[in-house]
Amino acid sequence: MTTPDKGATVIEVKDLGKSYGSVIALREITTSVRAGEVTCVLGDNGAGKSTFIKILAGAHEHSSGDFIVDGIHRHMSSPRAALALGIATVYQDLAVVPLMPVWRNFFLGAELTKGRGPLRRLDIEAMKVTTKAELAAMGIDLRDVDQPIGTLSGGERQCVAIARAVYFGARVLILDEPTAALGVRQSGVVLKYIAKARDRGLGVVFITHNPHHAYPVGDRFMLLRRGRSMGDFPKAEMTLDELVRMMAGGSELEALSHELQRELPDSQVTKDIEAEVKSL
Amino acid sequence: MSTTAAAPSEAPQSPTPDDERLSGSHNLARILRRPEVGAAVAALLIFIFFTTTTSTFIKPGGVSTWLFTSSQIGIMAVAVALLMIGGEFDLSAGAMIGTTGLTTGIMMSEYGLNVWVSVFTALVIALVIGVVNGVLVMRTGVPSFIVTLGTFFVLQGVNLAVTKIIINQVSVTGLQDAGGYASGQQVFGSFVKINLWGAQPLTIFAATFWWFAVAIIATWVLLRTRAGNWVFASGGAQTSARQVGVPVFRTKVGLFVTTAVAGWLVGMLSLFQTTTVQSTTGVGQEFIFIICAVVGGCLLTGGYGSAIGAALGALIYGMVQLGIVFEGWDNDWLYAFLGVMLLGAVLVNNWVKARAEAVR
Repeated sequence: MTTPDKGATVIEVKDLGKSYGSVIALREITTSVRAGEVTCVLGDNGAGKSTFIKILAGAHEHSSGDFIVDGIHRHMSSPRAALALGIATVYQDLAVVPLMPVWRNFFLGAELTKGRGPLRRLDIEAMKVTTKAELAAMGIDLRDVDQPIGTLSGGERQCVAIARAVYFGARVLILDEPTAALGVRQSGVVLKYIAKARDRGLGVVFITHNPHHAYPVGDRFMLLRRGRSMGDFPKAEMTLDELVRMMAGGSELEALSHELQRELPDSQVTKDIEAEVKSL
Repeated sequence: MSTTAAAPSEAPQSPTPDDERLSGSHNLARILRRPEVGAAVAALLIFIFFTTTTSTFIKPGGVSTWLFTSSQIGIMAVAVALLMIGGEFDLSAGAMIGTTGLTTGIMMSEYGLNVWVSVFTALVIALVIGVVNGVLVMRTGVPSFIVTLGTFFVLQGVNLAVTKIIINQVSVTGLQDAGGYASGQQVFGSFVKINLWGAQPLTIFAATFWWFAVAIIATWVLLRTRAGNWVFASGGAQTSARQVGVPVFRTKVGLFVTTAVAGWLVGMLSLFQTTTVQSTTGVGQEFIFIICAVVGGCLLTGGYGSAIGAALGALIYGMVQLGIVFEGWDNDWLYAFLGVMLLGAVLVNNWVKARAEAVR
């Protein structure tokens, strides 16, 4: 798989929709994923983010609209088909085995071997060297790839999962809420690696509900609410404040502030929301 | 045994440029973190204790006896350890020894069939039971503890009832007349005599060679092959393993089959060694295998452990069983000792696991 030119469109979706029987989970979604760019998909719980990822990852087929990869219309029926096209997904649980060493985790399911027949054995040396080099290329400097992956911090584990997807030929990386369970510092670390993956020419789809995480690394923002797209904006057309306002739904937040003021006039929550509304 | 066995496997790593942040004590620390270290230390202490407090323990006759006991238990303990690392239990492992032994014995003595026909029929039965155990566990999602408890009772009942129906007795004898007995005896029941020290030569039985072979092959598979990687992953985090493409179903069914085949091997070894088999053979030993595996460093929760460790656990069992006799103590103390060893080992293992997971 060759690395496409920076800025070349890898995935394009047009008026994409998904319905489960009579329930419409997603409708009229339009956006694109380009090599060397980060497309952020923002939305609150239940906005349709996970349905959208599942379509991109090949776990679900879309029911209307166009899903175009490298200029060819696709209907993907399995995650394997998506992987074959170079679309890799890093799920929230990361698919790592905590007690196994980092290098064994890195190559799990795709181990390198040497020798033939009954003497076919793991090429431990090559796997260790590759793991160390690949992690270093992502800017993760590990003392010892032999340590159990459970000893790494949440952010580092996320990065190993990303590095693994990159190494195994991903051109498009779908990250499902990679910062959701992390603290401020760890989130920063993950954002750094997202930028690193982008700089290596990958198209990144970054799913999050936090505009403050999305804005610094994003090149394009697609907002979802109640299964509909609220628009697909390049960074040039969007400021952080606008993004926050659109995410929170400015008028709704104002209404909530008034309501809370009546119910709990002195609470900290009310003050926080008031401050937020003022800052918008 | 353990430390010397572990060292060469770590040695080829030296071409990797060692990170300067790792101090010189790192390699020692790495060896001390291995799961079988506790069992190795315990085995050494127990050996020294019985050697110094009794006169017969270290005599060739004594050594060959406790080595033989350790061998039969050890073959099973290694297979059970692999299964436990894969996250499952097999309580039918003990009864399997009886089932395969009885099948072979009855075919040879009652029906006069050739030894190898009988031996391979028993192997096929073991394979089938292993597959049934594995597929039942994986397809139903019922914990293996329950599924194999079921097969354990089925096998125990069948062993007793079928033996009674066919030969109207509880033990099979008179194997020597079957065709090919000599070659079967050669493979499973022979021994070599080595003149090392003392007046009498040291007798090493075939079972001991099988035990070493099983422990070495199991260790190699576990640490140096893809299948071994899959065993650790299937036991450590089944969902994650599946997500990255590990064939979890195949791996676990394979482990149940391995345990069943180990049961068959021990069944044959005990059959040709003692030239008799009881319908209760093996029953009650299933927990001893698990205890040996845990003493050898296996976590009860799966994903961590060692085959060499389980072999050492069996060595401890064999030494203590005979040591108690040589000391002139009551035999029943063995069970009390096993209980204490199990609890101690579980605590040590949990501590080792916590250290392994601690952020460094």
